[in-house]
Amino acid sequence: MTRGLRLLLFAGGAAATVVLLVFGVLGLPHFGSSFHPYRDHAVPAAVSHKTANVVSSINFDLRGLDTFGEETILLASVVGAAVLLRPAEDEDEKRPLSGGRILDSTRLVGYLLLPVTLLIGLDTVLHGALTPGGGFQGGVVLGTGIHLLYVAGSYQALERARPEDLFEYGEALGTGAFACVGIAGLLAGAGFLGNLLPQGAFGSLLSSGSVLLLSAAVGVEVASGVVVLLARFLDQALRVGKDTPR
Amino acid sequence: MNVYPYLVAVFLLVIGAFGIARSHNLIHAVGCLSVAQAGTYVLLLAVGYQHGAGAPVFGSPASTPTRNVSDPFVQAMALTDVVVSATVTALLLALSVQIGKRHGTVDPDELSALQG
Amino acid sequence: MNLLIIAALTLVAIAAVVVVFTDDPARQAVTLSVFGLLLAILFMVLQAPDVALSQIAVGTAVVPLMIMLAVRKVRGRQ
Repeated sequence: MTRGLRLLLFAGGAAATVVLLVFGVLGLPHFGSSFHPYRDHAVPAAVSHKTANVVSSINFDLRGLDTFGEETILLASVVGAAVLLRPAEDEDEKRPLSGGRILDSTRLVGYLLLPVTLLIGLDTVLHGALTPGGGFQGGVVLGTGIHLLYVAGSYQALERARPEDLFEYGEALGTGAFACVGIAGLLAGAGFLGNLLPQGAFGSLLSSGSVLLLSAAVGVEVASGVVVLLARFLDQALRVGKDTPR
Repeated sequence: MNVYPYLVAVFLLVIGAFGIARSHNLIHAVGCLSVAQAGTYVLLLAVGYQHGAGAPVFGSPASTPTRNVSDPFVQAMALTDVVVSATVTALLLALSVQIGKRHGTVDPDELSALQG
Repeated sequence: MNLLIIAALTLVAIAAVVVVFTDDPARQAVTLSVFGLLLAILFMVLQAPDVALSQIAVGTAVVPLMIMLAVRKVRGRQ
């Protein structure tokens, strides 16, 4: 199909889609209205489980099964990308690195911010039930935070600090832990992913039952997944190359 | 103002799709896909917004819970959506890299000619 | 408050046009990062701090980095 024909087909399809969508959108309740039936049910349910962050409660407690499905999508994409990024037949691994020059100020800022970022990521994961945050956000912060080592130092330092196998196991462990907490709920008679643990006081760290455990499991999984993905991409871009000498 | 956010969401979706259709580079197409996905986030969050309401978090120190907050349900959906689409984007980029390795080009117009 | 929402939405729409019409993928990674930041501002204005956190972490750091690494890999072979 030629390019012109493709664009013509797209124009026709897009026009029809836009017309349908605009008609649909004009039938929605006005922006900013107060008609939100889901909210009217979700907020009292979350408060009755003593969870201060209603969004985390929905993700890990009220609709935990959806999060389980999304977690497995994440696992499958990371596994697929890691499998696809193998060296091809005519490439060899471990091509020697040609080091660049790093400004001293970059190095200083990187080394100073590395422990701060890791701590912030950990805090975001563990306080998911109280403040905005949770496993997904904190996991991404942790996973990208460790790469400050690459920004501030050298690629070899990063390679030593993140053994790849460890993070692949970590990802499987996170998903498995989520499933285990769910099965524990099933065995105790509360249904799969039922909230079993004591729910504590509203607003304290150890409140809201199993939301903390599930948030930690998702945090481990997302952090490991991001590290594995970035490791494969960095490897491909920096280490793997054709056999011809540069 | 009543429907402006919804129209912006539709606009984002259509312009993302247009970018994919006219793209000369598979990696550029993946970037345009991210724009189209952003349209769905904007639509979800615009549906859940309420004028004069706060965020659905009663953090620590805990404030008194009230029902006058924006809808937390669509926020939960958008949140997991953002992270999972990033990993799917990674999968698409890995595919593009492999296509570049095997065919030597990532131009979609040239790729369809390399058959047989 | 209304004005802030309208301004954020308009900025996001303009940034989307810029991203789509940036043809070089390496440059598109940078504009995608700015687009992610503007989206995060819009999410904050729409009272969704959780989603804004996700968007900042993912859209300004992870996705542009992966795009730049993919571009480097593909260009290295051509």
